[in-house]
Order: sequence, then structure tokens, then C-alpha cells
Amino acid sequence: MSGMFSMTDVTVCYDNVEAVRNVSLSVEEGQIVTVIGPNGAGKTTLLMATIGLLASRGRMVFQGGDIGRMSVEDRVERRLCLVPEKRELFSDMSVADNLLLGSYSLRDRSGVRKTLDEVYDRFPRLKERQRQAAGTLSGGERQMLALGRALMAKPKLLMLDEPSLGLAPLIVREIFCTIASLRDLGVSILLVEQNARAALETADYGYVLETGEIVQSGPAKDLIHDPRLITAYLGGH
Amino acid sequence: MTSDIAAILAIDGIATGAVYALVAIGTVLIFTVTRVIFIPFGDIAAFTALTLAALDAKRFPGTGALVVILACLATLIEIISLMRNGELRLLPRALLFYLVLPFAVVGAAWLTMRMDPPLAVRLVLALMLITPIAPLLDRIVFRPIADGTVLLLLTVSVALHFALVGLGLLFFGPEGVRTEPLTSFSTEFAGVLISGQTMLIVIAALVFSGFLYLFFDFTLVGKSLRATAVNRTGSRLMGIRPARAGTIAYLLGSLMAGVSGILIAPVNTVFYDSGFLIGLKAFVGAIVGGMTSYPGAAIGAVGVGILESFASFESSALKDVIVFSLLIPVLIWRSLASLHSEEEIEE
Repeated sequence: MSGMFSMTDVTVCYDNVEAVRNVSLSVEEGQIVTVIGPNGAGKTTLLMATIGLLASRGRMVFQGGDIGRMSVEDRVERRLCLVPEKRELFSDMSVADNLLLGSYSLRDRSGVRKTLDEVYDRFPRLKERQRQAAGTLSGGERQMLALGRALMAKPKLLMLDEPSLGLAPLIVREIFCTIASLRDLGVSILLVEQNARAALETADYGYVLETGEIVQSGPAKDLIHDPRLITAYLGGH
Repeated sequence: MTSDIAAILAIDGIATGAVYALVAIGTVLIFTVTRVIFIPFGDIAAFTALTLAALDAKRFPGTGALVVILACLATLIEIISLMRNGELRLLPRALLFYLVLPFAVVGAAWLTMRMDPPLAVRLVLALMLITPIAPLLDRIVFRPIADGTVLLLLTVSVALHFALVGLGLLFFGPEGVRTEPLTSFSTEFAGVLISGQTMLIVIAALVFSGFLYLFFDFTLVGKSLRATAVNRTGSRLMGIRPARAGTIAYLLGSLMAGVSGILIAPVNTVFYDSGFLIGLKAFVGAIVGGMTSYPGAAIGAVGVGILESFASFESSALKDVIVFSLLIPVLIWRSLASLHSEEEIEE
């Protein structure tokens, strides 16, 4: 497989249990790729292994280089970013400090101020609350902060784990609009989502993960009309 | 007790508490960043006093040999770790940090010693020699078990303290030392004589606390340390390396313990094993502050100092019993007052 990022035959184990088995997928430059599937299918595990928080077998190539044995920090320095399901914000610290820390891995600090202004333009509410502690934000604002913080690292591949989880429908729509708009920045996105309809409407390509294995894949516009997926994930009959 | 005696005891207690405060802040710093309750912090303070006393006596302190041995051990462990992980490309950097820099510090101290340096230079030399010890111990002892439970880390920390006491006896000998006061200045305030040394202790504690505040609030490295303390996984996802954050925390903490050792050396006779009580009383102060709050730890430590001062006036033999008994109501109050939100438990 080729592309900006690819994984081939990746297996992730918890003790002796294989949570993800022989998964292969790829993300092209500027593409939004989604992985959908039921709860417990191994979607989060897949992202945790991709960022290096979980050990995995198989091959992972990012921009032509093998990243399989790299530490989390080395992957982040190569501009691979994860917005985890739990957001992992620095709750006692201000919104501005959270955003600033997003740029920690950048060696060239000259553009940080400009990137911060761009994040504030994209999420004006974060600018209004820049001195507020992250732990005091609402659910939607916390998700915006998590996204903004990831953007501060100028990611080349941004991985989003359940960005709509626990958010009101209006906020979900706003978050997915933001995700779609990131395509224009040339950011590649790997989106893991239970809200299959919203994910497929936003993505270019999709994979379906069930019990740790990829069972189906194809362009998102085709998957959204697939009868099996409509029945299983898209609320159809 | 007359008000004059109470004032003298209070001033004495504040000065002692300020020394504990420096160690307590260092203890909280290390704990929040690495989850290690670094019991040997008091030993670092005591070793600094012994180092300064040796320098005053125109002898090269045993600290030099200790740093050299620890540097060799840390380098060996780092090389083995790099080989295991297939990261030998990082070898030059490892050699620089774990071997060249500590050796350079010892070499520079040894050369400067031969020139009969003035007191200010000897103070800097003592701090320079002491600061590599905790980061090197971190590499040798704590980093291999960094993912262990807090209880495991604490157990190892206690064991390390006893090992350091033994090493202290080996490198510094059994004699106690008391260095010359850093200043002979004294003044009278509201009828109470305050020595320059006491004022220096309080000023140093305030200056270093202020320095830490500026460091944490206005520098990216300081913020990265706070982030590691708040959320380890989150900070790793930002590219902040916990091991590096730990090393910075140990360096800063050592510096604070070193300063407290220098400040306490002219007022107390310090032995190779005096560090335990200093560290333990600072630890009580840190617990009063909840082990996570720097101002809380500083206030707690000053409170311990004042309590100790009054307790030693009332009953010198029972002063430590009284100070450590403070832990019981504080722990009961903390366990009753602490609220655990669902999110905190989750994170």
C-alpha cells in the first residue's frame, strides 16, 4: 500500500487477546478516511496503536518512513496527532496554555503566534475563554479545544477518536463542518466514529471494522448507500 | 510563655519552615511530574551542607566521587537501554548528558577548588556538585520502573534513602559539620533580634518560590512540566517526553534542596544522616498542602517549622512526636474533605 500513511497487517493485543487483527488501511494526502463499526470493534485500539500508546505487530509507514517502533513523542514530532476520545486536556490549565502546549513539538517556533490566531479565528469561543481553565468548559468547547490544540501542532495526519461523543446534535454538526474544512488545509484525517452517517457524509473513504477485523471498505459515498451498512449502522430497515 | 519568647519562637519557626518549604516544594514538583515521593530529598540537602563544609575546609568533597560513580552507572544503564530499543543513534546525546556533563561539573569544581575560591564561588560549586545526583539516581533507579505503582516507587524511594545514608557515611565520614554564617548582619524588629541568616533563609525561600512561579507560568518548559503533572497521557500526545520532564523536575528539585542545605548548614550541625528528618518534615508540609499544591506545601512546611519551634520550647524531647502527630488530623481532614469527581477517577 502507498499514500501518506498506511498500515499493513497490523495486530494489537491486550495480554493474549487480539483486539485488532491483521488490519490494513491507508490514508492519502488531504484525504478524510473514516473507520466505522460497533462499540468494542477495536476502533480506539487501532488509533492508540497508530500513535504508539499501544504496542502492535505489522507495518506502519508514515510519509515513506517506518514508524512502527517509534515512541509516541517521535511520532508527534513527525506531525502525527491524535485527539483521543477522552480529549486528555490539561484541565487545571487555561485554554491559552492548552493551545500553546499543542505546539510543543514544533522546532520552528516562529509561526506559533500565527497558528494560534488561526485557531482562534476557527473557534472564536476559545478566544473568548482563553483565560478560563480547560476543566470548566462545556463538552462542545472541550472538543473544540482538543481539536484546536491538535491543530497547533500543524498535523500532517490528524486522528480523531469519536469527536461527536457526548455532544448535542447542533455541536456535532459544527464539529463535523470543522473537520470537513480541515481538508482545505491539506491535513489528512483518520476519523473513528460511531456516528456512522455523519462520518461517511464527511469522509472520502471508509472502512468498516467489526470484532477487530476490516470487513468492508470503499468510497464513503458508496458505503453510505450500502444496504448492509444501512441496516447495521445507518438506522435503516 | 511571654510574648517576647513567642515572637522569638515564631521567627525561628518561620526560618526553619522556610528551609522545609524549599524541600517540600521540590518534593511536590517531583511527585506531580514523576509520581515518585522522593524521600532522599533531605539527604540531598544534607549532602550539600557537607559538600560546602568540605569546600570551606579546602578539601575536595566526597560528592565528586559520588557523582562520578553515579554518572558511570547511569551511562551504562542508558547504553544498555538504547541497545535493547535499537536506538543507538541517540548514543552521543546519552554520553553527553550522563557522562560528559557530570564529569565536566566535577572537573570544573576540582580545578576551581585549587584556586582557593571565595565563599560565593564555593556556594556555586556546592550546588553544581549536588544538582546532578538526583537526575542520575532517577536514570539508574526510577526510570526502569517508571510505570510501576506509586507504592512500588515509594518503597524503592525509601530503600534509596537508606542506600544514600550508607554512601553518605562512606563519602563524607561520621563527623558533623556546621558552616560559617553567610552574613553577620542582624537587626532588631519590635524588640526581637533577627539574625541576617534568618532573614537570608526567608528571602531565599521567597525568591526561589517566585522563580518557580515565573518558570511554571511564563515558560513553555515550565508549562510542559505542569502539563505532565496534570495529565501524563495528554502531555505525551503533545510530544512532551515524561523522562525529560522528570529530569528537569529532579534538577530543579535538587537545586532547591541544595539551597536549603546551604541555608541550614550555619544554623544546625549536619551529619551524613541528618537529611532524613529534614525530608520527612518537609514531606509532612507537602502532605498538609495535598502533595499537589506548591503554595499549600510551602504554607504547610512553614506551619511545621513554627510548630516544631514551639514544641521544642515546651518539650524538646517530644518535638518530633508533636510534629509528626500533626499528620493524623491533617490526613483525617483531607480524607473527609476530598471529593473525587467521576472524570478525575476516569483520568
